[in-house]
Amino acid sequence: MRILTINGFRRVVDMPDDTPLLWVVREHLQMTGTKFGCGAGLCGACTVHLSGEAVRSCQTSLADAAEGEVTTIEGLDPRGQHPLQRAWIAEQVPQCGWCQSGQIMQAASLLQRNPNPSDAQIVEAMDGNLCRCMTYVRIKKAIKRAAKDMRSGTKEI
Amino acid sequence: MTETLARKATARRVNRRQFLVGSMATGAGLTCGFSLLPTLIGGAGEALAAGNFSPTVWYTIDRGGIITVHITKSEMGQHVGTALAQAVAEELEADWKDIRIDYPDPAERWGLMVTGGSWSVNNNFDTLSRCGAAGRMALIEGGAKAMGVPEGECRAASSRVVHKSGKSISYADLVSSGKVDKTYSPDDLKKIQLKKAGDYKIVGKPVPALDIPAKTNGTARYGMDMFVPGMAYAKIARPSVRYGAKATNVDDSEAKNIPGYQQFVSVADPTGTATHYVMAIADSYPAAMAAANALKIEWDLGPNAGVSSDGILEHAKQLTADPAKGLSFWDIGDAGKALAGAATKLEAEYVTPLAIHAPLEPMNCVAFERDGTWHIYSGSQFQTRSGPLVAAAVGAKPEQVLIHQVYLGGGFGRRLEADAMVPAALAAKAVGKPVKLIYSREEDVQNDFFRTLTYQKMQGGLDAGGKLVVLTQDVCAAWATKRWGIEAFLSDSTDKKGKLDSFSVNGADSWYTIPNHHVRAIENDLAQAATPSGQFRSVAPAWTFWAVESFVDELAHKANKDPVAFRLAMLDATGRNAGTAPNSVGGAKRIAEVIKVAVDKSGYGKKQLPKGRAMGLAAVSSQERNTPTWTAGVAEVSVAKDGTVKLHKMTIAIDVGTMVNPDGVRAQVEGATLWGVSLALYEQASMKKGNIEQTNFDTYTPLRMSQVPELDIHVISTGNYPAGVGEPAVTVVAPAIANAVYNAVGARVRTLPLTPDKVAAAMKA
Repeated sequence: MRILTINGFRRVVDMPDDTPLLWVVREHLQMTGTKFGCGAGLCGACTVHLSGEAVRSCQTSLADAAEGEVTTIEGLDPRGQHPLQRAWIAEQVPQCGWCQSGQIMQAASLLQRNPNPSDAQIVEAMDGNLCRCMTYVRIKKAIKRAAKDMRSGTKEI
Repeated sequence: MTETLARKATARRVNRRQFLVGSMATGAGLTCGFSLLPTLIGGAGEALAAGNFSPTVWYTIDRGGIITVHITKSEMGQHVGTALAQAVAEELEADWKDIRIDYPDPAERWGLMVTGGSWSVNNNFDTLSRCGAAGRMALIEGGAKAMGVPEGECRAASSRVVHKSGKSISYADLVSSGKVDKTYSPDDLKKIQLKKAGDYKIVGKPVPALDIPAKTNGTARYGMDMFVPGMAYAKIARPSVRYGAKATNVDDSEAKNIPGYQQFVSVADPTGTATHYVMAIADSYPAAMAAANALKIEWDLGPNAGVSSDGILEHAKQLTADPAKGLSFWDIGDAGKALAGAATKLEAEYVTPLAIHAPLEPMNCVAFERDGTWHIYSGSQFQTRSGPLVAAAVGAKPEQVLIHQVYLGGGFGRRLEADAMVPAALAAKAVGKPVKLIYSREEDVQNDFFRTLTYQKMQGGLDAGGKLVVLTQDVCAAWATKRWGIEAFLSDSTDKKGKLDSFSVNGADSWYTIPNHHVRAIENDLAQAATPSGQFRSVAPAWTFWAVESFVDELAHKANKDPVAFRLAMLDATGRNAGTAPNSVGGAKRIAEVIKVAVDKSGYGKKQLPKGRAMGLAAVSSQERNTPTWTAGVAEVSVAKDGTVKLHKMTIAIDVGTMVNPDGVRAQVEGATLWGVSLALYEQASMKKGNIEQTNFDTYTPLRMSQVPELDIHVISTGNYPAGVGEPAVTVVAPAIANAVYNAVGARVRTLPLTPDKVAAAMKA
């Protein structure tokens, strides 16, 4: 049994310590915004933040996750209005949408470290996140749009 | 040539049905939909209230004026609901802010439910437009009455009926009055004068896709996101062959040590979707996974345990070499005689490997029975086929199966199959409780219904002047549609000697005017048995145009002609290539036009490029001859000494007739182009000992962001009928790249993907 801090809430999780955080989050806690894609850290669909860093939740154990604070797509912004989420709508990024929670969480971690990433830095940060609909062109555009908004302090009115 | 089942079904229904606009029940607002049977007595409202309506497309307007368009197509990223709703809203003169969409659960009365083939907008635009217009006319009639003015002095705009005096009444008020009631005969519907391209206010506008916001905040619901109280998790334990194995013994003594393990289910598949399933059932998915691993299973691996990709290819070559095999799909002139008399002959073989759909949401299903109904939560592109398969599996009647509509985490043809639903339902039946079954990625890859391995033999003959006078194309593949066992999906051969799977050869019936032209479709029975194949985004045109557009370039070089001029000379739009209304108006001329645009925008043939860098062109009419979307592409590549191809830029010119939603169209073309790049350069699967060798995204490697070339996409609206856009651009990419590689380093690669080893080998040849 572990106490997991997730999106600011403390939740008691009665599952084995080695349970991948992915399955704790989406099946046990039924927070389904975090997606299963490969189970092997190869696609990025399950990306969440652990104490602010992007991690693959399929490769993170419950025990390790309980040491820090977990943020999922549901907790990225209380109203779903993170600049990246707004940019994702403005650029009409998602197609099937399955990978997009992971893409947004990965991008959020990038922008936290680097508020003005170059194209090459975006590619480097995002290359582990697969999009089978191949929305890559728009993902890149949306990250740049969000970065610009965040730098200029644009706020939703 | 290939009249699709969808088209036949739609045509039949619309012909015999009336269109009803009226109040269905007290308080329900206004319903607009097709009647189940012709209405003999009473008004539309009475008929609707009696349940006499059987819409394939329909919408309702509530008392608050909210218009809900019911979408019976699956949402898998193409934003289909938005585009279909735009067609209705346009003719209904609705204010876009009043529009909502929903996805009703499938039922017999919705008719055929299948999403694929780039058909959705193309097949439904006219009907939806007429339904919207019929609603508008009924509302104007009711509005005129309510305002006490002549109907002829009223028009509709922004969800209101407006009199010329300026007086107006909202749709909401009209619906509340309950005074709208109108029945249209099929002839009335057909006679409605629809708007012309220049009059559109909503069609042609990039309205934001209605499904997108939920896909940015984690609230969009997919099959895997469903939960039912008391459900258990199922994990399949796969045999080491793709198809044909049976479990002879299962020992779960070790699985019993895993906390949460409940039991195993070992069951034959009565539907033939698989042969036999062994599944571990547990309290959680991690426990089910661990238990499935711990099961000790003895398998009879069956007849396919020795099959390999190499063997399938070898078999294809043998079948194709026998002129008695296969069926004629396209037969113009006398190809045999013309080949014998040609001044110059050329022959080449083209191959495409097995490919894996790999939608990012692995296949999954929640299944349970309640009060005699089997509830299925699973992303589906083909509810009409999947429902009866589930019914057959559990011994229920088809009408006892309800496949609930959810978002699809990728379709691409993968979710035309019911292979997650069948075992989930079998498990739920065996354990007597709801079951959620989730494929691992490894299962999703290895248990795919693949894009078939294809082998094609091309022969061409030039006359003394270098003109192509004969082309033959033999296409040997697994026949995915035949596997479905739906007779209506198969086509007669040209000589009526048998039924062939046109979805294995579409595109080979090209729009080039060639006096002698023959296409033979050959079923690869070994591939059919060992590699159950499915429809894969862009279907046959992905391999038929790979061969045609590569070979036409080869022929042009052989004839010492410019590949562009060589093509344009054959795109004369005469005779059968002149085109017909509505889909192929203009015919081959429209391919010629997009070629000119792609050439012009890319600088093909003009732009100076360094040594080892060049452009290549291809042009297609995908998907089917009846539903062409004219597309040309130019690839700009450079080739390293070791054979590595660097794709710098893809220029695409695509004539889509009319863009219902320009941004949605562009998104589809972007995705399709990159899907084509991924298949041309990076994706291949292989079979060994009856099993797929690749397992996850380390060994099966779709395109990533770092591999994305510059895209220059030109979507052309010619004002013609809207064409499908989800697939066609896929099919120009591979031949364009291969032709560019040839132009860069003189290496002709005829087997996809264009990996460094193949390119390097061709450079040495």
